[in-house]
Amino acid sequence: MNEYRKDFPILNQEVNGHPLVYLDSAATSQKPVQVLEVVRKYYDFDNANVHRGVHTLGNRATDAYEGAREKVRKFINAKSTKEIIYTRGTTTSINTVASSYGRQNIQEGDEIVITYMEHHSNLIPWQQLAKEKKAVLKYIDLEEDGTISLETVKKTVTPKTKIVAMTMASNVLGTINPIKEVAAIAHENGAVMVVDAAQAAPHMKIDVQDLDCDFLAFSGHKMCAPTGIGILYGKQELLEKTEPIEFGGEMIDFVDLYDSTWKELPWKFEGGTPNIAGAIGLGAAIDYLTNIGMERIRQHEHDLVAYALSEMEKIEGIHIYGPKDPDKRCGLITFNLDGVHPHDLATVLDMRGIAIRAGHHCAQPLMKWLNVSATARASFYLYNNKEDIDALVEGLRAAKEYFNNVFE
Amino acid sequence: MSLNNLDQLYRAVIMEHYKKPRNKGHLDENNVTVDMNNPTCGDRIHLTLKINDDGIVEDAKFDGEGCSISMSSASMMTEIIKGKKIDEALELADVFSKMMLGQEIDDETLEKLGDIAALQGVSKFPARIKCATLAWKALEKGVRKEQN
Repeated sequence: MNEYRKDFPILNQEVNGHPLVYLDSAATSQKPVQVLEVVRKYYDFDNANVHRGVHTLGNRATDAYEGAREKVRKFINAKSTKEIIYTRGTTTSINTVASSYGRQNIQEGDEIVITYMEHHSNLIPWQQLAKEKKAVLKYIDLEEDGTISLETVKKTVTPKTKIVAMTMASNVLGTINPIKEVAAIAHENGAVMVVDAAQAAPHMKIDVQDLDCDFLAFSGHKMCAPTGIGILYGKQELLEKTEPIEFGGEMIDFVDLYDSTWKELPWKFEGGTPNIAGAIGLGAAIDYLTNIGMERIRQHEHDLVAYALSEMEKIEGIHIYGPKDPDKRCGLITFNLDGVHPHDLATVLDMRGIAIRAGHHCAQPLMKWLNVSATARASFYLYNNKEDIDALVEGLRAAKEYFNNVFE
Repeated sequence: MSLNNLDQLYRAVIMEHYKKPRNKGHLDENNVTVDMNNPTCGDRIHLTLKINDDGIVEDAKFDGEGCSISMSSASMMTEIIKGKKIDEALELADVFSKMMLGQEIDDETLEKLGDIAALQGVSKFPARIKCATLAWKALEKGVRKEQN
């Protein structure tokens, strides 16, 4: 996979006197020239508003924008582009489901089921919806290794459950969840399945028809596309029945003084001028990733995680969270090092050009479950290699030594 | 490279306070209590202040979780504000905030800060400034609470 590194010019720089080692792709990925060029070309030659003008640029912009939607459809194997809604990102996608479908269907006493490993963006929308509707928010407990057992899911989901919302891959534990099986349990109980695929879509093949999920959300910026573009997938029959929550230009059919009607799917959920360049960039990112192959990317990250786990475990005083089996994990490792607070660790590594994340990773309930206030996280993508992991491990040893000396 | 750059940040006096924090704990509930956290990173501080009728900080204690910078800053702050009038403590908070912004501070003023001046290096690490200011923000919040 090293041949793809040259596509990411940002990696070719020194930070604090050291070659950059970027291990924070779970926060946001870097962007290849192929994507940047497409976005640049759009602004240089085709920029116009979509679905409005009669003029040529308007047509070109609309074609590119809608062409990208078809690429997204194919990428996740949705039945129709009617099921692909552009949003700002995963957070907006999940909030849209909660505020539209959720608000229109949840009643007092209904249950919403989530897990302890959710990112705040797949937790707070449900928590607030439950509060507003006097519904019951239930958490699926985790196994000791940070995985989810289907037995626990079966015990938690009941016929009163109307929504099950779960991450496909945890941004902290790295755990890959059995979405297909959980969706089946949700459906047996008459609930819909909402999937947070923010950490999954960039790294593994997703087939929404095979998963049989009802809604699925992901962000472009974690998968080589620009920031500010994301996707909400929803089954057509559910989206048809759901009223939009954002009103304005672009989404209307007829507007009268006292009432209006909406455009058909997917546009009824896309009020206002959309992030056209972002959508086109996302299409280019999908081309880029598909060209490499999602299976290959997954295998590469699997190998990196396996190598990183084996090397990191040799460091005395390290605590690695989540499952130890690389088959059950996506490409990230969250950990703590005895005697070095994660912020201090991140600063020490930054001085060596290594970028990692430190903090609660927008998952405070999970931090409580782990009984820590903060952790450090290294996350990998297609452009990372073994040398990056060697630099990380060497940096961790240096940090440990530095802080040990301080304490002597 | 160097880890030596880190020595600007992790000065010996800072690490000494991190290792052996002063005034760690709680005062009883009759005193001013403030909870503050840094939502971006998870650091949190619980500060209690005993302020007497003359407006003097008689005692100050803190508890919390955080990195070396946030905890040592809290330790040093509680040490320096003890016995100071509220106004003087707020003045120090102001000086500290200027120091974090990298503004010039004259030697005389810097001297008033004592050990705390060792945190000056933090201003070169923008991502860590919030760690250093957490305790001082809690102090300002606590004093406002008292004045109301």
